[in-house]
Amino acid sequence: MSLETSYAGLALRSPFIVGASPLCDDVEMACRLQDAGAGAVVMRSLFEEQIDAEREALINDFLRTADGHSEALSYFPRFDDYQLAPDRYLRQLGELKSALTIPVIASLNGCHAGSWTTYAARMESAGADAIELNLYHLATDPLCNALEVEEAMIETVGSVVQRVAIPVAVKLSPFHTSLVQFARALEHAGARGLVFFNRFYQPDFDLENLEVKPELHLSDSSELLLRLRWLAIVSPHVKMSLAASGGVHHAPDALKAIAAGASAVQLVSALLRDGPRHLTSLRDSVARWLAEHEYASVADLRGCLDLRRCPAPEAFERANYQRILQSWRL
Amino acid sequence: MVAHDTSRTREFVTCDGNEAVASVAYRLNELIAIYPITPSSPMAESCDEWAAAGRPNLWGQIPRVVELQSEAGVAGTVHGSLLAGALTTTFTASQGLLLMIPNLYKIAGELLPCTLHVSARALAAQGLSIFGDHQDVMACRATGCALLCSNSPQEAHDLALVAHAASYRARLPFIHFFDGFRTSHEVAKIRQLADSDLRELVDEEDIAAFRRRAMTPDRPTLHGTAQNPDVYFQGREAVNRFYAATPGIVQQKMDRLAALTGRPYRLFDYYGHPQAEHVIVAMGSAVETIRETVDWLVARDARVGVVAVRLFLPFASGAFLQALPATATAVAVLDRTKEPGSVGEPLFLNVAASLAERGPGAPAVELTGGRYGLGSKEFTPGMVRGIFHHLCDPKLRPPRFTIGIRDDVTDLSLPYDPDFDLEAEDVRRCVFVGLGADGTVGANKNSIKIIGEQTENFAQGYFVYDSKKSGSVTVSHLRFGPREIRAPYLIREAQFVACSQIAFVGRVDVLRYAARGATVLLNSPYGADETWSRLPHDWQATLIEKRLRLFVIDASKVAAASGMGRRTTTILQTCFFALADVLPKDEAIAQIKHAIEKTYGRKGPDVVTMNFAAVDAALANLHEVPIPMEEVVRRVGLPPRYPGAPAFVRDVTARLLADEGDLMPVSAMPADGCWPTGTSRFEKRNIALDIPTWDSALCIQCNKCVLVCPHAAIRAKFVAPEALAGAPAEFKSAAFRSAEHPGMRYTLQVAPEDCTGCSLCVQVCPAKDKANPRHKALDLTPQAPRLAAERVNWDYFIALPDPDRSTVDAGTVKGSQFLPPLFEFSGACAGCGETPYIKLLTQLFGDRLLIANATGCSSIYGGNLPTTPYCSNRDGRGPAWANSLFEDNAEFGLGLRLAYEARRQTARSLVTALRGRIGAELADGLLQEDPGTDAGVAAQRGRVAALRAALAGAAEPEAGRLAELADYLVEKSVWIVGGDGWAYDIGYGGLDHVLASGARVRVLVLDTEVYSNTGGQASKSTPLGAVAKFAAGGKAVGKKDLALMAVQYGYVYVATVAFGAKDSQTVAAFREAESFPGPALIVAYSHCIAHGYPLQLGLDQQKLAVDTGYWPLFRFDPRLKAEGKAALRLDSAPPKSDLAKFMANENRFGLLGHVAPERAALLAEQARAFVRQRYERYAYLAEAGKPPPTPPHS
Repeated sequence: MSLETSYAGLALRSPFIVGASPLCDDVEMACRLQDAGAGAVVMRSLFEEQIDAEREALINDFLRTADGHSEALSYFPRFDDYQLAPDRYLRQLGELKSALTIPVIASLNGCHAGSWTTYAARMESAGADAIELNLYHLATDPLCNALEVEEAMIETVGSVVQRVAIPVAVKLSPFHTSLVQFARALEHAGARGLVFFNRFYQPDFDLENLEVKPELHLSDSSELLLRLRWLAIVSPHVKMSLAASGGVHHAPDALKAIAAGASAVQLVSALLRDGPRHLTSLRDSVARWLAEHEYASVADLRGCLDLRRCPAPEAFERANYQRILQSWRL
Repeated sequence: MVAHDTSRTREFVTCDGNEAVASVAYRLNELIAIYPITPSSPMAESCDEWAAAGRPNLWGQIPRVVELQSEAGVAGTVHGSLLAGALTTTFTASQGLLLMIPNLYKIAGELLPCTLHVSARALAAQGLSIFGDHQDVMACRATGCALLCSNSPQEAHDLALVAHAASYRARLPFIHFFDGFRTSHEVAKIRQLADSDLRELVDEEDIAAFRRRAMTPDRPTLHGTAQNPDVYFQGREAVNRFYAATPGIVQQKMDRLAALTGRPYRLFDYYGHPQAEHVIVAMGSAVETIRETVDWLVARDARVGVVAVRLFLPFASGAFLQALPATATAVAVLDRTKEPGSVGEPLFLNVAASLAERGPGAPAVELTGGRYGLGSKEFTPGMVRGIFHHLCDPKLRPPRFTIGIRDDVTDLSLPYDPDFDLEAEDVRRCVFVGLGADGTVGANKNSIKIIGEQTENFAQGYFVYDSKKSGSVTVSHLRFGPREIRAPYLIREAQFVACSQIAFVGRVDVLRYAARGATVLLNSPYGADETWSRLPHDWQATLIEKRLRLFVIDASKVAAASGMGRRTTTILQTCFFALADVLPKDEAIAQIKHAIEKTYGRKGPDVVTMNFAAVDAALANLHEVPIPMEEVVRRVGLPPRYPGAPAFVRDVTARLLADEGDLMPVSAMPADGCWPTGTSRFEKRNIALDIPTWDSALCIQCNKCVLVCPHAAIRAKFVAPEALAGAPAEFKSAAFRSAEHPGMRYTLQVAPEDCTGCSLCVQVCPAKDKANPRHKALDLTPQAPRLAAERVNWDYFIALPDPDRSTVDAGTVKGSQFLPPLFEFSGACAGCGETPYIKLLTQLFGDRLLIANATGCSSIYGGNLPTTPYCSNRDGRGPAWANSLFEDNAEFGLGLRLAYEARRQTARSLVTALRGRIGAELADGLLQEDPGTDAGVAAQRGRVAALRAALAGAAEPEAGRLAELADYLVEKSVWIVGGDGWAYDIGYGGLDHVLASGARVRVLVLDTEVYSNTGGQASKSTPLGAVAKFAAGGKAVGKKDLALMAVQYGYVYVATVAFGAKDSQTVAAFREAESFPGPALIVAYSHCIAHGYPLQLGLDQQKLAVDTGYWPLFRFDPRLKAEGKAALRLDSAPPKSDLAKFMANENRFGLLGHVAPERAALLAEQARAFVRQRYERYAYLAEAGKPPPTPPHS
């Protein structure tokens, strides 16, 4: 059966999107993922900080050592044209575009409006079918209030949308006070898709050495529940497409996300762990389930358990919280 | 890469002399053999970069650029390549050229055409000098090479072509030379030769003929016969006709060039009064100075002139006599070289012979010869005027003279007016004082480029650096004007003076460069209102007296606000353009922005926007400081400098430090080049912004900070509590955590004025505050507020008694670091990875240490004047240090060892002979073999004292001789120290031989994996995949395993160490090497500025180097075999992290990813395999060397 879906204005042959990750650093791997049934791929994120920092590091390193001693006016060969991260990124994008037939989504990660957003236009020129803008902001400034954080994000989305004709999807973190309102504001700013949610790497502590260490854990299905809730809550209120990202490992995970309102699901951890073949089995299982349950398409299933249509909406709401807590017995 | 488009016709470009020459040489050759040596290295670097970028030569080929192990190797390759018919060139200077001499005889003897481009430099004699003169090229006079001299970057560009073109026609090798630094490093606006010019001058038929003579089995020939007395002489004379023809050929090529470009040159060019009576003959950049002075004198009716010598050899006497005005009555010949004991220097002798051979009836010419400008000594219009003054007056005319120095020993020097200045009215002169690597020089080069290439103006830039590798002062001298600038000397009266560092105010005499009425720009964190009150009185007085205008900008603040981080160059450059009056302000700003777009356009619009914002912000934040007109009283009666210092320090070192070295007379110089040690402690450079602060309560007293400090600026002692009775109020100590020393106090002290603020001590400190781990036992805090107190503390600390050597365990890191370092406060880079090893060496064995030091970083921070970092202990003993050359260090060290052994043997024989007088017990004790331990040395010193007492008053001559030699009975230790360029490349043959000899020498290789001192050129130690100069495309082969090569002898002690990864193993290796009764080699991983990351992370990188298997640690001790153990012990575990983790942190690996990502990935993968295989090899050797397991009892 057909698994076609529409996501952020892109027609996808399946709802399985390879999420932003190192998976598409290798064109051959990307081809294998396409063959395995991926509907689209998202490239690894190009970070606002990376764009700035890499350039700074290069320039500073040359400066730090240049013209300090009469015998050593420099320490490295001079090259006209260093390829910084954006150059390499665009080259990789070009190579993916020539190798793949499915859409290639470029990913930018940043949270301040700034000149780095001009890279969206360069991504479009290099052939990107869409931009995924990852708005990851860690608010550590005690003088910056929540409204300012969200206004900056909306401005960033607006400035990227203005620069490109291709669709822009926005990847969010779950920690927004009023996510529905914010999602609508993003849609108003021009976003065509929302991705729920960013999985950020949370630092762990090394107690022996009293150090903080960044850790990377792959996701598991338990992380899906947070996504399901917010997909179900937001989807009735927006026209743009939604995608689940984080915790989609098995066919029921994907089906639940679609039922909550997602047009597509993004996979990373499952593919990093089990390889492209997992995608094929996932695709086949989903297709089988839909057929067995007499859904004609992905669209038929989409949103059937969202907050507006589900039989018991209180399950999403505050009342449920109270009931669950009170039902707990030792 | 600076690769000017040469396809267009003769456009103006701005470049330095080196690049001007390289651009011609590159286009005209197929093979370029290279080796780094200052000041010629940039020519080779440019060629390597152009080849890596695929730039073709004149014939559409990419020249092959190949690095050799030494200049001797280069010469051999050049010789072979020429004989086999490839167009070949090379670049060198100084000792490098000397190493080529044997082959130059061969190349000339076989009539092989080629051109060597030489940025002429001084030779190492009483001391090394990297600076310019003609000693190197003059040492090649007898080789048979033609010698062609250029006087400016434009001439160097033009005559490089003439040399190549003439060489092919004449069939002689040419040495094309120009003044090192003054011409090689002067940035100038020159008119570039187009490819078509090159084609016009170089005759394809000459090249075809050269190729037809190539050695090939298709037309078998034989070169290099051994000739007998019957024919050798005639054979040597057979080349005469080629020499006779050469001057004519060179002139033809010069004429052709003139026809093409309008720039005429002659073998000897005369400038000056047509009926000059007094004429100077000279060559090199000095000619430009003489020419300008002659113009000035002729305008004042003096009949003077100058003959510029271009083709020095073959010396065309006829052409010279033709150039010399017939009216000349007195001629002074200037030589920028020294030939001690000769009748005169080479140019003088040639001129004398030419004049003598004019035949009967020739008018009398009085001839005098003088030396000038050795080692880049300034040569100024005042000196030229002084020479003419003495030449014009027969009573004053000396037979021989020097100029530019004060020779109060042989009275050869001529007096001159040092204040005479000749700057043209229409030339803008600007001087910038900056901190090394703070971007000032780069910004100035950029300004010259803007003005030179975007306007009609001519521009000249010359940059002076001091001898330090950290906290150095740079002075940029820039001239701009509507005509070609002929002034190859420093600016003394600038209309614009800038200072990029507020810290220099009061320390560097910035305002001495300012002409009356000049504009001064100061980068000051204080606003226009506050700056004046913060200036020292001397500055205020000079500003008022010279009627200067002072402007300030807070460049750091503007940079941060414009998103430029700490890069202030665009901002200061903008202020320069706004104030210096070189261009109308609006045009200047437009030009800067244009240049920014050109430079950064491809790096993204945000970079351009950021820089534009910085330009605008700079203008908005530039303010004039109102200067009050009331008189400021200068401080008089300066306190005496260096009270309590030795007389030499007060009389000589102090003056060098005060920048008065040029005023020092000949009598003040040690004639044999022997200088006292221990003078760096008087320098007090005060370059650290932040210094470590010690929390004595938190400290665990591990002494790791003391070990890693590259400048010996943090030290530990333990003393009895009563010793601290009179301690300064802020002096800190803590109870000493030591069971062996109960009740003692431990103290850790920083030298606030000698610390460079590199932070390695803080990085290594393991003692964290449990409640606030960001706070450690050592934290960096601003130096200024603590300076006064810490200075007092430091003086007090130094005066405290050193721990008794016999009571500390020098085998541990902690114990070894209580031994006083005898190497301190060197000029090495902040955070240097080499100096901690040298310091450790002096702590362990410094009182009996002779060091043979190869030329390189370690010889520069170890022995570059004005001060010396090696010093003595309280007994007056300490390292005796010498640098011979680059290539010969192992052999030189062997010589030191053999001399010691010879004298020791004599002493031992005398002990045996005088056994009766001195007593059997003492004699036997003295003759015991010394194990080289502290205790053994101390005991032997005691016996030597007893011996002296026993010999006192003895009448026998043997007793007197033994008393003289008695100290040789105490073991001395010879350590041969150098970098990887020496050990892996140029000195490897000697090193291998010395190790193989079995002699008891120890070798310390400070392995930075590049030629660090000359700017990071690849050596055979450079790792696979790293980008370095001369390996611009990434090194394609693995690092040579020097340690394993030495292991294969079986009788050499070998260790690889990395103090940042495993300091205890480093200490153990040094002690084992010292006690080993044969040769020992330690290869020491040394993080380096050339690796491309901030050096405060050096220790972390060392750990990663070991953890990833990049730098495995092992010790190979042949003594263990006798004990039935494996001689090779692996001191590091199998690689536990991916090599990529190590490589990712360093730009030397990262750069290739930015330029050629696929190749970078491929080389990175190969590097992984290389590292894995090497570890497996070591593991196998460690395992295979173990004794077989004992078979179980049956």
